[in-house]
Amino acid sequence: MMDLRGKKVIALGERDGVPGPAVAECASRAGADVVLTLTACYV
Amino acid sequence: MPRVARATSDMPVIRAVSLVLAHVPSLVRLGSKPLRVLREIEKPIEYLQPHLRDWEAARTYAPNQVFIGNLGVDELAAWPTPWHRNPIAEAGRFGPDGEIMPEDEFFGLLAACDGFDLLALDRDLADRARRALDAHPVVGRESGRPAIRAGVTAGVLDARIAKHRALPIVGTDGRLLGAMLPGHDEDDTLTGQVLLENLACKATAALALRHLLARPGAIASADVRYVMNCGEEAVGDRYQRGGGNVAKAVAEWAGCARATGSDIKAFCCGPMHALMLAGALVRGGLHDDVVVVAGGSLAKLGMKFQGHVKHAMPIVEDVLAGFAVHVSRDDGVSPILRTDAIGRHEVASGSAPLAVVKALYSEPLGRVGLTLLDVDRFALELHNPEATEPAGSGNVPLNNYRTLASLAVVEKLIARENIDDFVRTRGMPGFSPTQGHIASAIPYLGHARRGLTEGRLTRTMFAGKGSLFLGRMTQLPDGLSLVLERNGANAGAA
Amino acid sequence: MGLEDQAAVKRVADEHGSGVVVLLGTPDAESTQTLAQTVVAGDPSYAGPLAGVPLGLPVFHVFEPEVRDQVPADVYEAQVALMEMSLDRDAILAGLREARRAATTI
Repeated sequence: MMDLRGKKVIALGERDGVPGPAVAECASRAGADVVLTLTACYV
Repeated sequence: MPRVARATSDMPVIRAVSLVLAHVPSLVRLGSKPLRVLREIEKPIEYLQPHLRDWEAARTYAPNQVFIGNLGVDELAAWPTPWHRNPIAEAGRFGPDGEIMPEDEFFGLLAACDGFDLLALDRDLADRARRALDAHPVVGRESGRPAIRAGVTAGVLDARIAKHRALPIVGTDGRLLGAMLPGHDEDDTLTGQVLLENLACKATAALALRHLLARPGAIASADVRYVMNCGEEAVGDRYQRGGGNVAKAVAEWAGCARATGSDIKAFCCGPMHALMLAGALVRGGLHDDVVVVAGGSLAKLGMKFQGHVKHAMPIVEDVLAGFAVHVSRDDGVSPILRTDAIGRHEVASGSAPLAVVKALYSEPLGRVGLTLLDVDRFALELHNPEATEPAGSGNVPLNNYRTLASLAVVEKLIARENIDDFVRTRGMPGFSPTQGHIASAIPYLGHARRGLTEGRLTRTMFAGKGSLFLGRMTQLPDGLSLVLERNGANAGAA
Repeated sequence: MGLEDQAAVKRVADEHGSGVVVLLGTPDAESTQTLAQTVVAGDPSYAGPLAGVPLGLPVFHVFEPEVRDQVPADVYEAQVALMEMSLDRDAILAGLREARRAATTI
């Protein structure tokens, strides 16, 4: 199983999905080091 | 507008709304995405031409008819899809909320809005535009607007393009229609492209404002004291990029001689902030009548065109949009803008979806003793899915309505299996062109005003969202919601 | 993925070398599949900085059980649960599986 602890995470969220900072919060609280957070907006 | 013998509140009302479209297939090439992609295409004119609609097709397109108020949102939900293959035979150019202006006339309007003589039109086009626009019921010659200057020869256009770095404006068939000069030789914020975007924004906002002022019983232009523009275009020069002020330019053009104004910026959420502030100016007693306007986004034309080309369908992002709203003191008739039930995405609301939707939807309703089930219709993001889905961008309104319905489940107002039912009855299909700030809830405003005065609606909620993170100054989104209520609906409670 | 975002992802992946994983919050199957393909095999539209650049990054979605199980329950509830209810989770994860399958057959 993939272990997020110690991983460097690129969080790619979307405005009408799970936004980047929400994805990043999950990753960092799982022990990962978030290295990039982006939220896409396609409209 | 007739006044009834009902005690009026100190809440502001939405007195009038106008919503306009300008069909501009020739300008699709100048949208940000097409401009970048077409550089790599060998024959861009031939590549694009089969996908560009004529005005007839744009006028009879069901979502556009909903936009100007000729067709209801429930009628659109029942209309056969794909909408681009199922035109409305009897579709009118004008509707109760505004119009769909053909391209020739819009070029005339652009020229009439250009106070610096930077836009030059081809001679024939200028003549056609003048003839048509002079007879226009709202922005005709008698409206007092500036005249459309004579066009120029092809030689003059060529020289402006070659020697003075004017932006060529090319028709769908490849013919040169005009050229837009830069405002300054060395200023990246005043190039022909930037100025054409800003001029298109001014012209669509001005058209919407003239429609608003031409309504029976409308406010006199001289009584408009404050105009807020909430379009997204950045008007300014290199020392104050985006400094403003489109509102004043639009007020001037529309003949609001005693108005001043300013621009409200909050990405696509700008209109919600502007309506809130307009309501506050009225309720606070500073002005009795405030107008909120916004023009269209040329940069967003053809934003998803690659998906439309790929699916062999017309490029439906070929219209610029504009709107104007008159916010005034309570007239006893018009829908109330409840300034006590404004939903705010606060800084601490962050990006977590649950916190965001609570802040926007349930918290403001709860504050005045209401729940999600007390709202007949929600206007959220209203982007036309026929524009976004072919490009893989999904059905934005549906996603947003499902999220709202899921909040109703979390709040134990509906059962999980009733999500679809909630979406169908309290939501609506997306029908707005992908014009950013305008697609964000605003296009339902005309329908809501009618439904809340003449129809069966009691309460509607409008929520706008802004993607602030795109500007790279914060990771936060933005959002603001407003409740519009039938006048007198809250008479006993307040 | 937007072209500017591709450039940022490429730069960060280059700067950090190994141990980088991508975590998605995309709302539907198509966007999930496209994004996953982009960070694994390269930009499928051949338009951006990742065109023809197979970064080969491990890619996951926040809706996947193995991700959810590593996030404290209250955090997941606050940040993700609502979207999991409103979006089509099964379709999204199917899109991700499809992108992974395509990546292994390159």
